[in-house]
Amino acid sequence: MTEFEIIMGLEVHVQLLTSTKMFCSCSTTFGSPPNSQVCSICLGLPGTLPVVNKKAVELALKVAHALNCQVAEVTKFDRKNYFYPDLPKGYQISQFDQPILHSGHIMIPTPKEDKKIRITRAHMEEDAGKMIHQEGTPYSFIDLNRVGTPLLEIVSAPDIESPDEAYSYLKELKAILEYLEISDCNMQEGSLRCDVNLSIRPKGQKTMGTRTEIKNLNSFNFVRLAASYEAERQKQVVLRGGKIEQGTYLWDENEQKTKLMRSKEDAHDYRYFPEPDLGSFLISKDLQEKIHSQLPELPRIRSKRMQEEYKISEKDCAFLIEQKVVADYFEACLKKFSEPQELLNWMKGQVRTYLNEHDLAMVDFPIPPKNFIELLELLQKKTINRNAAKEIFEQMAKTGKRAKEFSQQKQKITDENELRQICQEVIKAVPQIAEDCRTNPKAMNALVGQLMKRSKGRADVDIARRIFGELIGE
Amino acid sequence: MSIPEYSAVKLKELLETKQISALEIARALLDRIKKHDAEVKSFLYIDEDLLLKEAQASDQRRSQGKVRGILEGIPVALKDNICTKGQRTTCASQILPRFFPPYNAHVVEKIQASGGSILGKTNMDEFAMGSSCENSSFFNTHNPWNLNCIPGGSSGGSAAAVTAGFTPLALGSDTGGSVRQPAGLCGVFGLKPTYGRVSRFGLIAYGSSLDQIGTFSRSARDAALLLEVIAGRDQRDSTSVDQPVSSYQEKLLSSLKGKKIGLPQEYFENLDEEMKASIMAAVEVFRSLGVEVEEVSLPHTQYAVAAYYIIATAEASANLARYDGIHYGYRAEINAQNTKVEDLQEIYHESRAQGFGNEVKRRILLGTYALSSGYYDAYYVKALQVRTLIKRDIEKALEKFDVLLTPTSPVSAFPLGEKIEDPLSMYLCDIYTVTFNLSGNPALSVPCGHDKKDLPVGFQLVGKLFKEEEILAFAHQYEKETLVNTLAPIKKA
Ligand SMILES: [Zn+2]
Repeated sequence: MTEFEIIMGLEVHVQLLTSTKMFCSCSTTFGSPPNSQVCSICLGLPGTLPVVNKKAVELALKVAHALNCQVAEVTKFDRKNYFYPDLPKGYQISQFDQPILHSGHIMIPTPKEDKKIRITRAHMEEDAGKMIHQEGTPYSFIDLNRVGTPLLEIVSAPDIESPDEAYSYLKELKAILEYLEISDCNMQEGSLRCDVNLSIRPKGQKTMGTRTEIKNLNSFNFVRLAASYEAERQKQVVLRGGKIEQGTYLWDENEQKTKLMRSKEDAHDYRYFPEPDLGSFLISKDLQEKIHSQLPELPRIRSKRMQEEYKISEKDCAFLIEQKVVADYFEACLKKFSEPQELLNWMKGQVRTYLNEHDLAMVDFPIPPKNFIELLELLQKKTINRNAAKEIFEQMAKTGKRAKEFSQQKQKITDENELRQICQEVIKAVPQIAEDCRTNPKAMNALVGQLMKRSKGRADVDIARRIFGELIGE
Repeated sequence: MSIPEYSAVKLKELLETKQISALEIARALLDRIKKHDAEVKSFLYIDEDLLLKEAQASDQRRSQGKVRGILEGIPVALKDNICTKGQRTTCASQILPRFFPPYNAHVVEKIQASGGSILGKTNMDEFAMGSSCENSSFFNTHNPWNLNCIPGGSSGGSAAAVTAGFTPLALGSDTGGSVRQPAGLCGVFGLKPTYGRVSRFGLIAYGSSLDQIGTFSRSARDAALLLEVIAGRDQRDSTSVDQPVSSYQEKLLSSLKGKKIGLPQEYFENLDEEMKASIMAAVEVFRSLGVEVEEVSLPHTQYAVAAYYIIATAEASANLARYDGIHYGYRAEINAQNTKVEDLQEIYHESRAQGFGNEVKRRILLGTYALSSGYYDAYYVKALQVRTLIKRDIEKALEKFDVLLTPTSPVSAFPLGEKIEDPLSMYLCDIYTVTFNLSGNPALSVPCGHDKKDLPVGFQLVGKLFKEEEILAFAHQYEKETLVNTLAPIKKA
């Protein structure tokens, strides 16, 4: 049986985090009413001209450092020509043969060891608008709010050898881009989209197989699923003695398969040529150095530091660092709180659950670090117990109030007499369990459970256990 | 002399000394236009009320001592590819029948900021593609020196309006000679400034790397005046250059003694004898002013027209893609088979097929072809290489000479309809002008008399990059010596 290997290259389009568009001063805010963020320039009205957004160039230069890329000494824009209703000028301003960045790499984790994935190039371009097709109408709608939004297209070398590697590559890339605040990488809002180029070849063969392209994947999971499906599809074609035809595919989420969008014969001729309205420009060394000096800590470096500083595992660090806001929140709490492991457990437990249940992102988490620490300190000082802390957490999140406002009623019962009375009530209520304790120490947990119920979670467990011991032992 | 015959500078003087008012100027020009433009047909649109109102406002400013600037009270006509806020701008095309730009072109802002007003919008070849104004989708413009002849193009309306005395000043655009060639054929001054000297913001693009807004006037001094107003860097045009704007009027009299004119030999090789004689007579005038004249070679000249038509049409094929019937402009409802337009592809095909004229379609096809994969290297890349060589030729020649002098056009104005079926011979009308769009150098067409048919003849002065003051000084001092009539009689042959 022939064994095949997969060769993949990824093209990732990320929306650069600028407040205004690539070539005009319209806002890039997502979700505004259709066609409310447009002007004469991004609408391509006759006589208007594009002007490059300096912030977008600066963000691209940040990427240069993060992805170990070379910055082109001279760069230029080109026009990519095609007709579509979401493209008002009839061409997209992109970069063809002199991309702003080239020859970089990133390291990705694999089961064996870290692996280097080369970045061939990264270029700037403007996004197109959106077509909205409404069932039952003989026409379509066009929303041009997104037209002209700055994008960076990052093209990897064909160094990716499995759908899982593609997944790690994307995760790593996303972490870096978020970290450097280059993009918010919000996939629901289309800030990160991915095209996959994939071919297979019998193991040992030197020449590359014919590749196909899967376009417009907007989730990492789809990338993994689509790549697995497409690799398998190609394998079956080859095993049946067929030939792979070059083509562009789309991932059909409902049918879980790749579908041919256009074959090679229908491939566009984009007729790229230099954008005469912008000309070539030089990127000064001064600007590059200025950007470099303002860069924040890269995620890999941050992970190493956090592992050492807080004595937490690599895996836990990966969880924190996957989203910069999570790691930032974590470290903000630790400025005033001394138990990283305790905090980590809360982040992985309560906080994560809360966000999932309420379908929120970390940026929208309602408890600020300062208030969160107050809660953890009450627990640390044993003013409240863990159950009470969890309840207060929910209430803080719901009301935005501080922990103290709830802790009064949740304060632990530590008074011996009061506790003894409740313990006696428990034994009276479930004498059989109390009896069992004499032979089975584990039965004590059931007694404690009953106690917590009666005390509404406020009993000090350690003292209560001692009292139970005394009462049963008597 | 009457108001329409005066130069802008003379009108300024009369305004400043309170001998006339801006309102009188506006009225006199409107009268002349009403009397004669039915024959010349240089204007597409004039907002009479607005013009009169602005003239009154200008007079009021002057009486209050609040003169805005050096064009106070002077009207300027605009080629209809220069955007005017709220005023119809058509490019003389059926595909843009009702475009009311929400902005003024940079040059319009500059004119208004210096007190000038917009007289009206002038006829042109559709999207500035043509050399005779016959590609206007509205009507032909006639040459005021002989109404049976074309005025040149593509800024034919502006050239005709200036020589007919409808306006002292007009703006056009010059991509391959579209200011200089009609200026030559209408016997007025036509200046194409250095590429980047004047902002293109609000100029509807044809060939973006070649397009430059230029001036029409009946004297070199007026050209200097208008250039002073419109020149300078504009943030909105990344190709506009941050070079100091000279006081062009003050430098008109800089001595020419010891200066050098180069005569590019390639430009005289197959030149009509009569035309050559007029131009050589002009050369003699310069000699008499102490200028040294010598021949020089621009060896890549023969490739200029070919390179120009590839680069300009390639850029045009993209620039004109936005007229797609989707977002604005003409959208076809009925197709050629007289049935209803159904789908997206058909909207594209029919809107563009019906909306664009033949010459525009020809150039879009040419440009699309030149950029297509498989042809790109052979055409577009080659053309860029030629462009580089041509730039070098001129740079080298201008190391030795202060200015170059060539004919403006190989022929004087020809009868309407003569070349319209022969695009190639029409393209050769630009043979002497395109070179300097490819190189970006400033160039000025100067009237130097009339041929046997009593049609104007012009020569072209080419300067170093951003040295408009030099060619203007040459032109001005030549003009003082010769006193060529720039005001046309408006007559049939
Ligand atoms: Zn905009």
